[in-house]
Amino acid sequence: MTPGGPQAQTEELPVGLPGGLTEPPQPPPTNAVEGSSTWSLLDRLGLAFCWFLGLLFCAIAAAIVIYLLIKGIQFLKPSMLVTPAAAGFTEGESGGFSDAFFGTLILGVMSLTLALPTGVAIAVWLVEYGRPKALARVTEMTVEAIAGIPSVVFALFGTVIFSSAALGFLSRTNEGVVFGRSFFAAAAMLALEALPLIVASTREGLNAIPRHVREASYGVGKTKAATTRRILLPTCRPQIATGAMLGLGRIIGDTAIIVILLGATQNFSPVEGAPFPLNYLRGAGTTLTNFVYEASPTGNLNQPDKAYAAAFVLLFIVLLLNAATDLIHSRARKAGTWSH
Amino acid sequence: MESLTRQHAQVPPPIRRLDPQDPTPAAEAAPERSTNFVAAKRSIAAPQFSIRRMEVDKVSIHYDAKEAVKSVSLPIRQGEVLALIGPSGCGKTTLLRSLNRLTELTAAAKLTGSIRLDDVDIRLIEPTLLRRRVTMVFQQPNPFPMSVFDNIAYVLREQGSRRMKKKVLEPQVHSALQRAGLFEEVKDNLKHPALKLSGGQQQRLCIARALAAEPEVLLLDEPCSALDPQSTAVIEDLIVKLREDVAVVIVTHNLQQAYRIADHVAFMYLGDLVEYNSATRLFNTPAQDRTREYVSGAFG
Repeated sequence: MTPGGPQAQTEELPVGLPGGLTEPPQPPPTNAVEGSSTWSLLDRLGLAFCWFLGLLFCAIAAAIVIYLLIKGIQFLKPSMLVTPAAAGFTEGESGGFSDAFFGTLILGVMSLTLALPTGVAIAVWLVEYGRPKALARVTEMTVEAIAGIPSVVFALFGTVIFSSAALGFLSRTNEGVVFGRSFFAAAAMLALEALPLIVASTREGLNAIPRHVREASYGVGKTKAATTRRILLPTCRPQIATGAMLGLGRIIGDTAIIVILLGATQNFSPVEGAPFPLNYLRGAGTTLTNFVYEASPTGNLNQPDKAYAAAFVLLFIVLLLNAATDLIHSRARKAGTWSH
Repeated sequence: MESLTRQHAQVPPPIRRLDPQDPTPAAEAAPERSTNFVAAKRSIAAPQFSIRRMEVDKVSIHYDAKEAVKSVSLPIRQGEVLALIGPSGCGKTTLLRSLNRLTELTAAAKLTGSIRLDDVDIRLIEPTLLRRRVTMVFQQPNPFPMSVFDNIAYVLREQGSRRMKKKVLEPQVHSALQRAGLFEEVKDNLKHPALKLSGGQQQRLCIARALAAEPEVLLLDEPCSALDPQSTAVIEDLIVKLREDVAVVIVTHNLQQAYRIADHVAFMYLGDLVEYNSATRLFNTPAQDRTREYVSGAFG
């Protein structure tokens, strides 16, 4: 800026600017940023409080992860993942927690296999069809109700269902008495727990797709089914993944259903005489969460070192799932989105 | 991605073809009661031919108690561009959407009267089949979240199927992109995500998609309202070029645009078709007072 200011500048500058056009006055070279200094005291306190809470929760999360990381690395031996738990007086004799580890994996896969297609299907029906309206409303309310039910209640309900004679083939039976506790039973109830999260997340994804995108597909002669399969579901893949991730978090984090419906034995207890995968799935078992509980000082096993190791494995699985979800989200971001 | 945007920037700003022997000199077209609508001459050449493809016959459309379109009759011809103009809520978009039965997706809409495509009532044509013969481009560019190639391939393939390999579809995909004037800009990278193209390119991709189904009628619902002037000009040129291959119906809020590209214009007001006339007549010597008021900016 010349000292003369914009006025002086216009008189010097007509060179190269036809028709008496002048350059717009240059803004003064400041670096003005909106500050909170003009805010009222209450607003500033509020902002400070938000910052405080945000940082606090970061710190809490970091503390948990770092603590478990240190403890986990300290106590976790790879052999624990392949050695089943055993009875013994010392930590060396009592083995690892391979049954709990695989129990968690099996239950996660089984429950998600049940919950994911069902949840996505319910969400698609609610958003894309949803007629008659009354039925849609009832479905919505049912899903919401399921979301609010504590898992202990599911577990109790499950024992009633799976102890019935008709469902004896899903668990162990002894002289006509159905045991009612098995991977099948636990997976079914855990799926119910994950379902509302998947439905909610998928619905959110479907609702975020503008109506004209659907119409563009119908407008070139595609059916609703084709549109759903090729356009809508691929588009809300990130939200479905988020729902699955949240659901899986619930599934592998649950203990009530494990204790009541899986038997919470420390080892697999396959049913004799059944063919290979079925003998394990019909039998009782355990998961990492249950193992952590049992191995903690309040549990029956009382070997906190292994509890830390198992907790670390659990945390690692969850972080891995989170990373996978993030990957799906970032891929979707790269594909772009519509303006509304 | 970068090469695409650069290429797009190199396209020179299109200049309208000026016809030295304009059939309607301004003096004749604009008598004393001129609407003063346009100083510019209409610049596109008169259509070479016109074949009647669709016939809108006393069509009324109701949404519950509200009558959105009131007994409208119109011809839609290949070789011409038909523009529907009118203030917001006048029923022009509803009429447009009823031409390929998209209104049926809104359960409440009821249509009386008849719309015929090549002399067959469209209610007798299976909707998905009809919508391939009468395709639509929307206000917001809405390519599907997949590659440029797959956007077109999706239209060519049977419903949700993935059969028909890329190699087989390639010529058809290329030709659709060429017809929409997009091929040169995207040919180097047909795998480029469609939603990362510029707005104008996205809209031309949507036109290519609509053309890929080999339709007889192309419906455009304010296709340029979300675009910048330069992309708008490119698309207007394209629409004029397309009128010989397909019958084109365009809904627009932009009167200048209607004047620039349409051969016939239908002015609708509160569901009524107030005037249907050639573009020159409707804008310069409107038969109805309402039309004159609207095109001269008295309301709307």
